[in-house]
Amino acid sequence: MEPFISIRGARKTYGKVEALRGVDLEVHKGEVVLIIGPSGSGKSTLLRSVNRLERLDSGTIYIDGDCVTDDKADIRQIREEVGMVFQSFNLFPHLSVLENITLAPTTVKKVAAIEAEEIALRLLKKVGLSDKAQAYPDQLSGGQQQRVAIARALAMNPKVMLFDEPTSALDPEMIKEVLDVMTALAREGMTMLVVSHEMGFARAAANRVIFMDQGQIIESAPPDEFFTNPKEDRTKRFLEHIL
Amino acid sequence: MEQKKTDPGQEEELIPLPTHINVTDGTLIPQKGEQGALSAWNISFFGALAVLGILVIFFPDPYRKILSFVPDGLMVTFGVTVSAIFFALIIGLFAGLGRISQITIVNRIATVYVEVIRGIPLLVQLFYIYYALGNWVKLSGPAAAILAMSICYGAYMAEIFRAGIQSIPKGQMEAALALGLSRSQAMRKVILPQTIKVILPPIGNEFIALLKDSSLVSILAVADLLRRGREYASTSFRYFESYTVIALIYLVMTLFFSRLVAMMEERLRHRGTLH
Repeated sequence: MEPFISIRGARKTYGKVEALRGVDLEVHKGEVVLIIGPSGSGKSTLLRSVNRLERLDSGTIYIDGDCVTDDKADIRQIREEVGMVFQSFNLFPHLSVLENITLAPTTVKKVAAIEAEEIALRLLKKVGLSDKAQAYPDQLSGGQQQRVAIARALAMNPKVMLFDEPTSALDPEMIKEVLDVMTALAREGMTMLVVSHEMGFARAAANRVIFMDQGQIIESAPPDEFFTNPKEDRTKRFLEHIL
Repeated sequence: MEQKKTDPGQEEELIPLPTHINVTDGTLIPQKGEQGALSAWNISFFGALAVLGILVIFFPDPYRKILSFVPDGLMVTFGVTVSAIFFALIIGLFAGLGRISQITIVNRIATVYVEVIRGIPLLVQLFYIYYALGNWVKLSGPAAAILAMSICYGAYMAEIFRAGIQSIPKGQMEAALALGLSRSQAMRKVILPQTIKVILPPIGNEFIALLKDSSLVSILAVADLLRRGREYASTSFRYFESYTVIALIYLVMTLFFSRLVAMMEERLRHRGTLH
């Protein structure tokens, strides 16, 4: 089967720091891939280059046959189909929850306002925040904001979702509510690329765990195998730190 | 050496940089904590009003005459100020966007504009547009005044817009782009609405500074507040009385607007955002 996301020879340097040193990765439709690794390992850079928030120095990335790394590519078209959730939520503080979710569909896809609101309300119900449609982001807890951010990304009906450390900025008691939403999404068959250290989520929802270090993929395995029987020394040492 | 150490200018360099730098010549913005009945603002504002009132009531000649002579000048001052601030905002928005543009030529033009205009005194710019360029384009006094002040203050506004836009966290633009918005859509729908809340107080300060600087246009035969005062003084030889009234009117207006700006700032600080 043709991979849904295909990354070949991805390289990226910031000044003298090599963030990515030739990364190859394939993700199939419906697959949930968790990327872990120490800070500075290049995992966020890799994720952010999938929707070209970072530009690669060399290498290619294809999503569903569209070349992301081609300068002539219609990147906006591609971004419409790639949802992204950030560590710091990045909700728009001047807009209500409902407006946060309807902004992109009405602006980019020219969906009628009423229809966009219907979609937004359905998604809010899905993330368990039906009563917060009229609230503003600063009135919500971190966990609620992140769930709104997920709903906002889903409103564009993406084919793949990118999560950049979605629970790192959250208090422990709020992590679960976000992971529950992500797990439900994974069960529905969403293709997901997740940078996170949430082992519980990995076991519950991931098909594959990838360990990155110093800009390279060191190990890739299904979660059970990865956590119980890692092959590489560097992976073992890292797991000792976080488990 | 001994002398140098006690030099106050020298000492100032040792003080750490302030976190908030007022770009224009400072207007009197009341700080929280000095807002009692005897705050500097209250003393200045009500003091000025009281002095004006006492002079007019007890010395109607010449003060009441002066006061009734200047209102059309006041209207001109306001007209010039409001028009100039309006055009300066438009120029400032585009020049500010140009300052952060990734297109080199646009960026360079905007930056050169800001550097050049900020490097030339407003009075010289007024002379230049009215007299020097007057050789080719004959503008009326008020038109030249509004044009010069718009261009001059547009450069300051550009810096305010640039700083305001850059104060919005980078994640906002990224989130908008990730959703498929174009850069200009993201700017219009996400970044600028947030910027406006940040830059309202500094724009208010520019308005006050412009109100004061508008007195410069009196030299272009524009019958503004100062010009009217001068006209009264030169016919009646009541220089002290005329300029006292003019100074008090400027002071009352400036203090009034500075209080408005301070209230706006306070409100923004309290609520974080104005929904």
